[in-house]
Amino acid sequence: MPTGGRIGWTATVVAVAVLTALPVLVVAREGLSPDPEVWRRLWNGPLPEMILTTLGLLLGVGAGSLVLGVGLAWLVSVYRFPGSGMFEWMLLLPLAMPAYVLGFVFLALFGFAGPVQTGWRALFGPHAWFPEVRSLGGAVFVLSFSLYPYTYLAAKAAIAEHAPSTFEAARLLGDGRLRAGWRVMLPLARPSLAAGAAVAMMETLTDFASVQYFNVQTVSVGVYRIWRGAFDREAAVELAFVVLVFALLVIAAERGLRGRRRFEQRGGGRELRPVTLPGRKGLAAAALCSAVMTLAFFAPVGQLVWWAVGSSSAPRLDRGLVYASNSLGVALTAAAAAVGVAILLAGGARLAGSRVASWATRLATAGYAVPGPVVAIGVLGLVLAAARLFASFGWDDPRVLVGFSLIGLVYAYVVRFTALAFGPVDASLEKITPNVVDAAHTLGAGPTRVLRQIYLPLVRAGAAAGGLLVAVDALKELPIVLLIRPFGFTTLSVWVWELASESRWSMAAIPAMAIVGAAMIPTVVAMRRLRNPRAVPWVS
Amino acid sequence: MMRRVLVLSTWVLLLTACGVVSAFDGGDTVRVYSGRHYDLEEAFLAFAEDTGVSVEFLFGGDAELRERLQAEADQTSADVFMTVDAANLQIAAEEGLLQPTDSEVLETAVPPNLRHPDGLWFGLSKRVRTIVYHPDRVDPSELSTYEDLADPRWSGRLCMRNSTNVYTQSLVASLIAHHGYEEALDVVRGWVDNDTQIINSDVQILETIAAGGCDVGITNHYYLARLLAEDPSFPVRIFWANQGDRGVHVNISGAGVTTWADDPDQAVTLLEWLATDGQEEFVYGNHEYPVNPEVPPPPIPAQWGTFKEDPLNAAEFAALNADAIRLMEEAGYD
Repeated sequence: MPTGGRIGWTATVVAVAVLTALPVLVVAREGLSPDPEVWRRLWNGPLPEMILTTLGLLLGVGAGSLVLGVGLAWLVSVYRFPGSGMFEWMLLLPLAMPAYVLGFVFLALFGFAGPVQTGWRALFGPHAWFPEVRSLGGAVFVLSFSLYPYTYLAAKAAIAEHAPSTFEAARLLGDGRLRAGWRVMLPLARPSLAAGAAVAMMETLTDFASVQYFNVQTVSVGVYRIWRGAFDREAAVELAFVVLVFALLVIAAERGLRGRRRFEQRGGGRELRPVTLPGRKGLAAAALCSAVMTLAFFAPVGQLVWWAVGSSSAPRLDRGLVYASNSLGVALTAAAAAVGVAILLAGGARLAGSRVASWATRLATAGYAVPGPVVAIGVLGLVLAAARLFASFGWDDPRVLVGFSLIGLVYAYVVRFTALAFGPVDASLEKITPNVVDAAHTLGAGPTRVLRQIYLPLVRAGAAAGGLLVAVDALKELPIVLLIRPFGFTTLSVWVWELASESRWSMAAIPAMAIVGAAMIPTVVAMRRLRNPRAVPWVS
Repeated sequence: MMRRVLVLSTWVLLLTACGVVSAFDGGDTVRVYSGRHYDLEEAFLAFAEDTGVSVEFLFGGDAELRERLQAEADQTSADVFMTVDAANLQIAAEEGLLQPTDSEVLETAVPPNLRHPDGLWFGLSKRVRTIVYHPDRVDPSELSTYEDLADPRWSGRLCMRNSTNVYTQSLVASLIAHHGYEEALDVVRGWVDNDTQIINSDVQILETIAAGGCDVGITNHYYLARLLAEDPSFPVRIFWANQGDRGVHVNISGAGVTTWADDPDQAVTLLEWLATDGQEEFVYGNHEYPVNPEVPPPPIPAQWGTFKEDPLNAAEFAALNADAIRLMEEAGYD
């Protein structure tokens, strides 16, 4: 095959990657001249403890979300029980809860004055022991319950893609279902699971809104505090490098977990036929799913409803529709763009087959490890540069800036969330046999045709999962939209924050539920794709 | 499928963009970057009725909007920068983002300690951060100052806000301004040694006190007023701290005219209106105290009587904000 195509693909991947990482690079430049005074103060002060706390939180949430996500995905994919079809998509709903809502709601529920502890004291006396909610353990608990959908989604996709052939084969060879799952499915699903857990850990890493409710001082909280309180953006960016190091560790761990082996999908168009769990077992499975849903979703929503009902003043609901369409417009555009970029990067890197291209993809996903405000400031700089350029041609209408702001917003989400789409897309591509590609090349198909006719159809399940993750994250995203949006452009998450920032939770409840409602749309769409992935259309 | 989603979402975004762009006309509009949301809309509508000048505002975090203003500079469409604490106003002033305003109306309406000496920014409402307590478990005669809460007799009885919160930072900064770093450090260490529960919400501090989780806390006054408005029997009382010496710590919500305002006079008109005729609209809904001494406080705070205020200029404790963060880190205050 012509080498020109390969070099062309390498160049394309590098170009896309640089474009995607540009805002991060713009800001990172400031941090490249470390100030020894800042570091001495950080090292002698809070940094060592922050690093330990971050490490503990990451490991806890990684483990917690893996156990919950994989267990639940297994349960709803392999078995049928009362409500299993409903749980299959409902288990994704906790994704829709923004962290800044969840932290507060959980403390309202489980804090000293909340209904749980009040009831506990009524039962066991006023001095009855109750685990400290505002602790590392509390944060691990809440974050695991809110982030498990990432591993759940990854596990679900992996099971859907691998189950038909390998799982059934192991079953035919006499393994029990659980044993077949443990011995065959788990190793096969490892790349996807590693990607899912990595996402949950990255979300944990850059979260500074909900951990604060648990008095957990992570490095990101430190970045936030130095930037917002000490007004020292340089020191904040330097500390953000520590976050980046953690992110690299997570990525390295993910690569390590993926292992060197490649797992390819070898046809087998049949779908997994779930087994009906009889009687009590079925009820137990339903009860388990309900319990998780209650903790992760229904209890917080219930608390929000309670506040909304008890509130004397209602927010302006007539604006809700406009805000919701703003939110969905930005989120869906960002999701589509991020998936497109991810396919270009993952497929391009494979077609290019060069080390440079594979490093470039890593650069492109760096935005996910950078706190939102840092990305926003970088994009803002680019938006303004573009507007200035236009102004120099005599186009200085303020409306130009408004247009650029909206484009900048979508761009910022692509920068921040491409990694979310890249993970599932890349994991899907990982399963394509080199044989198929080689055969195509032998038959004279160029790289572009291979991308369009082999990679694209195969990548659908990964694209659906990735698109969903980006859309939901963009829906609830706050720091970027606050910094970049133009006048007159309000989204649901801004609306929630307007009311929540001064603790007006009774009024914030309705908009918060609107985010959950809006997030259900991409969830349901993606779920339909995942249930019927038709991963290998030319075989079936 | 993907293509359909892409086409659909692009259309939605385009329509939205057209809506936003077409709504954006220059004209008689003051544009405000605001870290404050509550009651602004009603106040701005009233202003438009009074003056015929409409107001558009973009809400966000104080610090984020300041960063944005700094990045946009001459490209900004913001005429006014409004925040919920003094520190960000002062930093904006130091960064050259605000222009001096020479207005007799504002100088009469806003007391000198609540505005920038050169008129770069003006306080518009007062937020008093003081001591709150449960009347069954605490006798008000036991209470005196913020410093006294470091005394070991309060061990295990205190609830306070976390160090990431700007209200805590301002309070500690005011301690540094009055006592110097070392002595302020001793006070905060005393709080930490008393096993103070750190709670990231003033409302939850108040609810925890009511439920018996602690006896004494430090919160902004209006959170208690809000809970009392919902439930007049809410069992937490307010105590004005440091009445025997400098007075209770007062923070402000305020605003300044940006350096690049299209029409600074119009922006000044808005600030003047907010400090005079618009004071009630601006502060009553959130139970804050008006800065203008001519305007009576809202009903619930009015019941709490008068008190002595710390005369320290907000610019001074704002300048010590970074030190306050360092101090709390050193003291092990979460």
